[in-house]
Amino acid sequence: MIEIERLTKRYGGIAVVDDVSMTIEPGTITVIVGTSGSGKSTLMRMVNRLVEPSQGCVRIDGQDTATIAPHELRRRIGYAIQNHGLFPHRTVAQNIATVPTLLGWDRARIADRVSALLSLFQLDPALFAARYPHELSGGQQQRVGVARALAAEPKLLLMDEPFGALDPIIRAKAQDDLKTIQRRFGTTILMVTHDMEEAIALGDRIAVMDKGKLEQYATPATILATPATRFVDDLLGTGDRAFRYLSLTAVAAFVETGSAEGKPISQERTLRDALAELLWSRRSALPVVTAQGDPVGRLTLDTLVRCAGRPQ
Amino acid sequence: MDRPAPERLGVPQARGIGEWGGFESIVRVPGYVMARQIDRLGIVIAALLAVAATATPLAVFRANRIVAGQVRSIFESLPLAAALGLSAALLVAALVAMWGRSDRLRLAVAVMALLVLIIAIGVAAGHLAPPGNRWVRVSPGAGFWIAVFALGIFFADSSVRLALGPLARLAAVALSAAVIAALLLSGLWDHLSILMEYASRADVFWREAGAHIMLALGSLVLAVLVGLPLGILAKRVPGLRGPVLNMLNMVQTIPSIALFGILIAPLGWIAAHVPGAAAIGIRGIGVAPAFVALFLYSLLPMVANTVVGLSHVPREAVDAARGMGMTGRQRLLRVELPLALPVILAGVRIVLVQNIGLATIAALIGGGGFGVFVFQGVGQTASDLILLGAVPTVALAFASAVVLDAVTELSSRVRT
Repeated sequence: MIEIERLTKRYGGIAVVDDVSMTIEPGTITVIVGTSGSGKSTLMRMVNRLVEPSQGCVRIDGQDTATIAPHELRRRIGYAIQNHGLFPHRTVAQNIATVPTLLGWDRARIADRVSALLSLFQLDPALFAARYPHELSGGQQQRVGVARALAAEPKLLLMDEPFGALDPIIRAKAQDDLKTIQRRFGTTILMVTHDMEEAIALGDRIAVMDKGKLEQYATPATILATPATRFVDDLLGTGDRAFRYLSLTAVAAFVETGSAEGKPISQERTLRDALAELLWSRRSALPVVTAQGDPVGRLTLDTLVRCAGRPQ
Repeated sequence: MDRPAPERLGVPQARGIGEWGGFESIVRVPGYVMARQIDRLGIVIAALLAVAATATPLAVFRANRIVAGQVRSIFESLPLAAALGLSAALLVAALVAMWGRSDRLRLAVAVMALLVLIIAIGVAAGHLAPPGNRWVRVSPGAGFWIAVFALGIFFADSSVRLALGPLARLAAVALSAAVIAALLLSGLWDHLSILMEYASRADVFWREAGAHIMLALGSLVLAVLVGLPLGILAKRVPGLRGPVLNMLNMVQTIPSIALFGILIAPLGWIAAHVPGAAAIGIRGIGVAPAFVALFLYSLLPMVANTVVGLSHVPREAVDAARGMGMTGRQRLLRVELPLALPVILAGVRIVLVQNIGLATIAALIGGGGFGVFVFQGVGQTASDLILLGAVPTVALAFASAVVLDAVTELSSRVRT
């Protein structure tokens, strides 16, 4: 558990992070959203003391981070940034081995960890371990950046706009992969982004920052249903709020008994996907199947329309 | 032009000197390339070779080392067969320079012609000097130097077009040194005036060579030891950068002879007043002021390149290094310095080449080095003696430039 308590950072008398308190549950993804200059990156960088707080404190599992030497604290926390920040003069394997090397792991353990991570991120170790970062595509560089951040098996991972430099298709894939890996290791992730869509897609909880203040800290559903301030409301936009809300729920939640014609949909897809499929194929109901393809019932357009509106 | 030069990382794409603009850009029309293009630079090379072979003397003959010389053309200074051979070699070089299409052929012909030329000048000296006469001097004439210049351009242009890798360039330097050493040891050049000057002062030559290298390399080592930490400090402390670089810039603007002069007074004072200073060789004139002056000149390139190199390390890499828990020292040694190394090595190259040249002037204040022969030669109007100082200096500077360029390129190979 990460407890951020009355955290403040002032530069020349101006507070860029102003009295922020929040608690992050272990094993969840928390996304800090805000416009540029909102203090979101500064808030995140105070967690691993890349920025020293002017006031307040951060506790990780009850321990005040101010009592740990900064470099030792940072070796325990994963760190991934926009444009990956890979070392251009080191190979992919050496890059991933950075923190394990700093921690003094023995060679065999490092080598095992590096190839396990490369395989996990769908990069063949035989092909990629000895390459240099400039020999990779943007998406591959980003994956190596995240693999490097996870190398020493940190319980907490900080990510600053990690997908900022990727094109939309690769970004969606990277987000999916991150979610899968997070579920698998139970890593706690604190991520910064300016993209509300990304926050809703990834976050178990979303923290909205504006001018150094924490405007709202809640689940995506709550934020969509009841934005706390005008700023949060503006950030959400009005056009596709209903669709974003639908994207939070899996098809499984609204399956009813019965059957329907045509191509089935997996119960793990979101209601938003289901609505799109219903409209596009001009149907009033979709057959629903499990991930393995076994039928479980159907989803009707009527049901969808009933729950697409603003929650009461 | 036969094939596009491969793009090398971090280095501007290599092109031949003759490729910039010129005939081809004029005559090349889409879908049609003129079959016989005349290389623009080749015309210059051929013209120079023509002047060298026909209008200027290959050698200069003098009855003794200070009287005015009499000029000798190729056919006057060489036996007939050798004269024909040299003429043929220069003709082939001129033709290939103008019409040769293959870069390898061009390079091979340039090397071959240079070899023939430097062997021929040795043969000419042996041919012109009466046997047993120790006073006669035969030195290379204007034609020789013009031909060397033209073939040098030809050689440089073809090796640039071939885009030789760093290892190949290192091998070329080693091979050239070996060929020159072999020619020197063979005695072929023994009758050449410059080597006759050498023969009469061989022990002094090697002593001054040692002094020259000590001055140039010693001040470089000290400049690296001081300049690198100073550069790192100037990068870390922004308030320090301006003053340090400005001060070193000012030092750089002081003419070298003036700086030697300026240093005489303070060093003389130190020698007289600081106990032990005179004992380790510090005095107003001699090696000490020369060494200090070269060191001061070396500091600017070292500090400036260290600052620039460190400033160009990608910001994300430094942020990631910090964020992953590297200490300041680990960050410097494992990320920042390795990434700045190519730029720092470029600074070392500037300093080394600059020092080898500047060390010549140290002789003026008794600092020794090859400059001793240059200034003696000027004093005695003995041009051969000037060459004895100048030729090794130029060769040394040239070789170290090529070697350090190659090392710099090797160090930056793995980066984008």
